[in-house]
Amino acid sequence: MTKKMDNTTRYERLRERYMNGDLDRRSFLGLIGAAGLAYGVQTPFAKYANAQTVAQVRFDGWGGVVSEALRENAFDPFTKETGIDVVDGTFGGGDEYLSRVKASQEGEYNIAHLSGVFDYARYHNLGLSTVLNEDNIPNLQYVIPKLVDVFRNVTDGKLSCVPYDYGTTGLAYNRKHISDEEMQEKGARILIDEAHKGKIAGWSDWRTRMWYAALQTGQNPNNIEDVDAAWEAVRAHRDLSLKYWGSGAELMSLLAEEEIHVTEGWSGRIYALQEQGHDIGYMDPPNGFGWQECMFVIKGSPMEACEELLNFMLAPETSIAVAEGQNYPPALDPNKVDLGDKIPTLPAFDPTGKLDGLTFADPAYWNGNEQEWSKTFGRVQKGY
Amino acid sequence: MSVEAREARQPWILLSPALTAVALLLFVPLLFIVVYSFWLRTATGADEVGFFLDNWQEALTDAFYRDILLNTLKIAAITTLVCALMGYPAAYFIARSKGNKAILLLLLMLPFWISYIIRTMSWINILGVSGALNTALLSVGVIDEPIQMLYNETTVILGLVHFLLPFMVLNVFVSLDGIDTNLEDAANSLGATRWQAFTNVTLPLSLPGLAAGGLLCFVLGAGTYITPLVLGGPTDAMFANLVFEAIITQLNWPLGSALSLMLLVVLGALVLIYNRYLGMAQLMKGLG
Repeated sequence: MTKKMDNTTRYERLRERYMNGDLDRRSFLGLIGAAGLAYGVQTPFAKYANAQTVAQVRFDGWGGVVSEALRENAFDPFTKETGIDVVDGTFGGGDEYLSRVKASQEGEYNIAHLSGVFDYARYHNLGLSTVLNEDNIPNLQYVIPKLVDVFRNVTDGKLSCVPYDYGTTGLAYNRKHISDEEMQEKGARILIDEAHKGKIAGWSDWRTRMWYAALQTGQNPNNIEDVDAAWEAVRAHRDLSLKYWGSGAELMSLLAEEEIHVTEGWSGRIYALQEQGHDIGYMDPPNGFGWQECMFVIKGSPMEACEELLNFMLAPETSIAVAEGQNYPPALDPNKVDLGDKIPTLPAFDPTGKLDGLTFADPAYWNGNEQEWSKTFGRVQKGY
Repeated sequence: MSVEAREARQPWILLSPALTAVALLLFVPLLFIVVYSFWLRTATGADEVGFFLDNWQEALTDAFYRDILLNTLKIAAITTLVCALMGYPAAYFIARSKGNKAILLLLLMLPFWISYIIRTMSWINILGVSGALNTALLSVGVIDEPIQMLYNETTVILGLVHFLLPFMVLNVFVSLDGIDTNLEDAANSLGATRWQAFTNVTLPLSLPGLAAGGLLCFVLGAGTYITPLVLGGPTDAMFANLVFEAIITQLNWPLGSALSLMLLVVLGALVLIYNRYLGMAQLMKGLG
């Protein structure tokens, strides 16, 4: 089957043909000009075009193994069944993607794989949410109710997304250098342990930094009372760190190459490293950072086509296949669906379907502090 | 219309596509950025339209931005100096080589065929704990444990030199290539040693090229964003990283606009000073 590509890839290929000499300069410039003209003329009217027959839906996600799992198990079969193409793009983080959506025309971006209820709330507060017709998504019945309810609470009982998977940001460590016993003893404080100076890393995400600072200072991450102490912990971690990582690929590379011995990490990525044979341990400390991801439909999107795709993605066989590919447990309720053999072995998996063991970020609390803390972290990160 | 009037209009007609492109793709977006810099970011991340001086006040009075800007200029200056010291002998060698000049120039251009990001990331495989250099040193017994060489200011400068050195070499080469070698011979025939001929004749005549290369290296180095991100440690951010964070991480486009204009003004001032004393012609020669 032909792989669908976004415009960037298309232009890159065109440029490559030109550079290879397969295309003369006049044709190359003509095609670029025509594409620019078509885009400029078409884009403002894209929202009206969405009312017509939908031939394509755009999806944006985290790339890597996550995108590969979705492409193979969800998008290609969906296109085969419905004739609707799914064009997938990637982003490195929710903040970066939000900037792109903010700069886009309505209807340009359709479905996003968002992380955390706080992101859902941010998109909603910026007027980017929609109202899904749940009758068109019958597979929503298989989803863990707790995961659905937290989204409903943000959008007045309605939904602009469907929950899709969940995971944790726990502690990942190289067993050659750090024993399981040491991890159990030190927990989150190992990230500010002088003994590992220069072999520590962390995600350059202000929420994660503050969450772990709360754990290191013995505070409730959803109600940090001594904020100054938390910032001191962030500074201590910074001073002992080799590097802040910015993507899942970089996280995996730093651990696999043994540049670092300990960091916090995304459960699915660490599982992938373990599957590759690296002796990397993973531990969720008490009150470790739990999160749930959703498939969010952005304002201006062709709703019925998006709902059809979401329903297809939530079908147990699709959802389980994607989960096994990306190593994050699906949002499906294990009390309603048989999840097979692999998923119960994934980190963060909750066999009860109640998710009581995971602590999720309170969206109101974290979004309320977002403006101040993201800015402060920008400074602390650079040595202030 | 008279012939004179038609002839006077002709250059403008010929230039109009380029001028339109520059206006639409450079000045109009720049104008948007100027307008944006006076807006405000609200708590939800949405922008409040209006005329507010808050972003400019913050950008100009906050010591944080001043310090990072000074550090950025320092890194760019060191990079430029290293490029000049490494680039001049290379350019001299190419300019004075006979027969294989074209091949040497082609070799100089080769790195441009590989993505800048890939070139930057290649240092991880060279200097990393399990990289080529550590592996070689371990295998010959020079060290017992891998040395931590990555993720500091030195590796940022190294990455920048790797990126910018060809720009310096090309500019100096263009300048040296235009110097008549008979001048050095004349100096020698008048009793000057080869070193004296170089320092009194060749070097002064090649200074415009060195200055053009220096300007390019400095401006490109000061505006870089990828290198400190890939090769820098936690505290090795440069000013462009602040712009990125304001716009992408904090969704504060107005502040990001003010910061990017601030960098533009500082680097623009340097270009103006260069133009005042050396003119842009040499730079164009180097770029051409």
